[in-house]
Amino acid sequence: MKKSTFGPWLAMILGAAYFLIPLIGTLEFSMRMKRGEYSFEAYKVVLGDPRFQESFSYSVVLALVTIAIGVLLVVPTAYWVQLRLPKLRPVVEFVTLLPLVIPAIVIVFGYLRMYNSQSWLPLTDSRRGTDLLLAFGYVTLALPYMYRSVDTGLRAIDVRTLTEAAESLGAGWATILFKVIFPNIRSAILSGAFLTFAIVIGEFTFAALLDRPAFGPYLQLVGANRAYEPAALAIIAFVVTWACMGLIQVFGAARGTGSKS
Amino acid sequence: MSFIDIHGLKKSFGPVTVVHDFHLAVERGEFVSFLGPSGCGKTTILRMIAGFETATAGSIAIDGKQVAHLPPAKRDVGMVFQAYALFPNMTVAQNIAFGLRVAKKSAAEIRTRVGEMLDLIKLPDLGDRYPYQLSGGQQQRVALARAIAVKPQVLLLDEPLSALDAKIRVSLREEIRALQKDLGITTIFVTHDQEEALSMSDRIVVLNEGRAEQVGSPFEVYNFPRTRFVASFVGTLNLMTAVVVDAAAGRLTLDGRDVATAKPIVGRRAGDTVTVALRPEAVNLGDGTARSDTLPGVVEDVAFLGAVVRIRVRLDAQTVTLDTFNQPSVALPKQGEAVKLTFAREDLLVLDGDA
Amino acid sequence: MSEPSTATAHRPGGSGLPWAWFGVAPFFLFAVLFLILPTAFLIVGAFQTADGEFTLANIRDLTHPSIVAAYRISIEISAASAIGGAIVGALLAYAAVGGGLPSWIRPTLMTFSGVASNFAGVPLAFAFLATLGRTGLVTWALSNWLGFNLYATGFNLLSFLGLTLTYLYFQIPLMVLILTPALDGLKKEWREASQILGASTFQYWRWIGLPVLWPSLLGATLLLFANAFGAVATAYALTGSSLNIVTILLYAQIRGDVLHNQNLGYALALGMILITGVSNVAYIWLRGRAERWSR
Repeated sequence: MKKSTFGPWLAMILGAAYFLIPLIGTLEFSMRMKRGEYSFEAYKVVLGDPRFQESFSYSVVLALVTIAIGVLLVVPTAYWVQLRLPKLRPVVEFVTLLPLVIPAIVIVFGYLRMYNSQSWLPLTDSRRGTDLLLAFGYVTLALPYMYRSVDTGLRAIDVRTLTEAAESLGAGWATILFKVIFPNIRSAILSGAFLTFAIVIGEFTFAALLDRPAFGPYLQLVGANRAYEPAALAIIAFVVTWACMGLIQVFGAARGTGSKS
Repeated sequence: MSFIDIHGLKKSFGPVTVVHDFHLAVERGEFVSFLGPSGCGKTTILRMIAGFETATAGSIAIDGKQVAHLPPAKRDVGMVFQAYALFPNMTVAQNIAFGLRVAKKSAAEIRTRVGEMLDLIKLPDLGDRYPYQLSGGQQQRVALARAIAVKPQVLLLDEPLSALDAKIRVSLREEIRALQKDLGITTIFVTHDQEEALSMSDRIVVLNEGRAEQVGSPFEVYNFPRTRFVASFVGTLNLMTAVVVDAAAGRLTLDGRDVATAKPIVGRRAGDTVTVALRPEAVNLGDGTARSDTLPGVVEDVAFLGAVVRIRVRLDAQTVTLDTFNQPSVALPKQGEAVKLTFAREDLLVLDGDA
Repeated sequence: MSEPSTATAHRPGGSGLPWAWFGVAPFFLFAVLFLILPTAFLIVGAFQTADGEFTLANIRDLTHPSIVAAYRISIEISAASAIGGAIVGALLAYAAVGGGLPSWIRPTLMTFSGVASNFAGVPLAFAFLATLGRTGLVTWALSNWLGFNLYATGFNLLSFLGLTLTYLYFQIPLMVLILTPALDGLKKEWREASQILGASTFQYWRWIGLPVLWPSLLGATLLLFANAFGAVATAYALTGSSLNIVTILLYAQIRGDVLHNQNLGYALALGMILITGVSNVAYIWLRGRAERWSR
């Protein structure tokens, strides 16, 4: 009674075709800039464009700031909930899921109304203030992923025992958090961080509506005005996403062999 | 002709053969256990009988009918799985009724049969519960009822107790055995727990690395293990090496001392090295009688196990463990004390295979 | 419970409530400032006139034909891409989990799904333009090799069908990621138990497989729906403002008050929150049901 694997193979091949053809099409298109031959001209143009360099590095810095704020916000909260306030877990989980419920465009709409020049906290008045608001916005966008990742990591270790052991050796809360908890959930934090990076790097809605020179709006601008460069940018963006996911796999695998649960 | 006849059964997964040339005849109404460590092939044989695995070679007949080419449903067997495998979306009653519903029995008939089954497993009031609302022991009883509700000719039990707590395991195994005797259903029970196999079975098949090492009643398998593997897997045994002096008279030397067995040593010659086995409970302290042998030794360790005290004694080169009842009135030997060990000649077993 | 609090009150987080709550204060402060208050601001604004008086006029104005049309197209595209993504994703996940394929298939599919489900937004639109646009590779290949002019059939990437096809690129992988654990929860023994009791493959799926799986299937479909409904960047980069979906209408409203009524914009946002909110709450409820069984 050997089961036929024809159907599953067919599904896989069709699935692979649907996902690979646009990539091949994009790659092919991106190399057509010079008439009659394949070249990397479009990549040269894009990479040499100072606005590309500026917007990309702006988004990288913003992603790093977002990750830093996100980690400092999420790790102590998840740790504290697990250790002292387990009753609060459903509430915290609900809040972290809200960014999936409320569309990003609605959240940024709210920011524009709440933090404009006439408000009690006019963050959008200055460039630095707007940058900070954008980073906060990205922290909320990444919150569901970051929290889930960290919470899973914390559940895999025995938070209570580690904390009590550290306390019995005279460690203060800062030492416990930074010297004991952080290193033990390093791979979970890194997973969350790479996912955050992948989300932030090409994000469009927040950056465009807050009018900041990030990579997403730059992509859109190039797309509206140029022919071959957008395809090259799409390939670059795909490589960045792939790298982030690959790194998550690497660190996830390292964790899997380290502590099999 | 036996009720279940298994002949020359073999199973290979690619280059790996997990069952070699397995033969077994099971009588109607018999309770047979497959006992062995994990990976010994016991579950694979059971799954071949059920029809979930195809045999590489050999035949299986149930009630004179060849079943090797039949799908599981046509073999008239019921099966209980290790992890209960109750359908989670159905109530207890719906689970028990499943096979009857597939067989298109009338609603009235199904209701009656489900009621009978619930009474049989002593859960008459739990018909409307869902599996996740039951304890493990209750779930496994429901799984049993589901398997026998369709009145199969053969019941296959694949380690049904190993996921349960120790206490429930004992009570449920007694329940299963009583039920099996009541219904007279031919049963094959797979387990890695020697106590379960010994307490429940009419016969035990001890399996190792895809081969049947010994087939026999619990009494035979426990008291007269034929191989070193059976001896070590069923119960605790002292295994020692000895040299044959006179095979026909059953005489050997053990650490330089003369000992003897009650029976002649078959297939061995003087000078052969053999493995001999002694049950810890068959060894006593003190001087022996005419029909027993005595070995001198030094006490290495004394361990209380509650009702039993386990004493380890060093002979010249080998050690022997013996069990004695914990009687406060009798003084126990101390560590380092010289003692004499004695055992009846019937209890010294010479095992097959190389030492 | 009733131990004297003086002894332990000074130990951080010992038993005194204020201390323990202090630990989560930054998180809740952040959530209130950057998630809850901005949203609440819009919700309240939806029920106000420009002068701050209470009114239901904004909600009533949502029934304006152009706004209703925007919601309808959004819902249709989201539903089409969610249902399509759910079906294809479920088949792919099932092929990988239970299809008897070589063992390298599954991790490859999962990794790829992780990438593709995050490959959305502007670059995705570029990729589809380069593939199915008027000068795209597939369009060109079809006409050059098969003599088939895709655009003569009325196909347009900047349309309902085109956008749905594009959304599927992240919807299908997302479905694969969500559904694979649920498929793993289908125990092999259920199938064997049903088989040995005489059930056919169809009966197994009809009575056990699908009933166990449907909360996960439906829940995941709802999540996909919300995912597509809130998307802006892909649609905007692909179609500019030529396609009248609600996120693009809201985008235009935020940029230039195209509705000429700030508070109507708030009502538009409120409608979006309600739609994604309902589908997410239903998803969470269904997931709870699914978990109850998968013990």
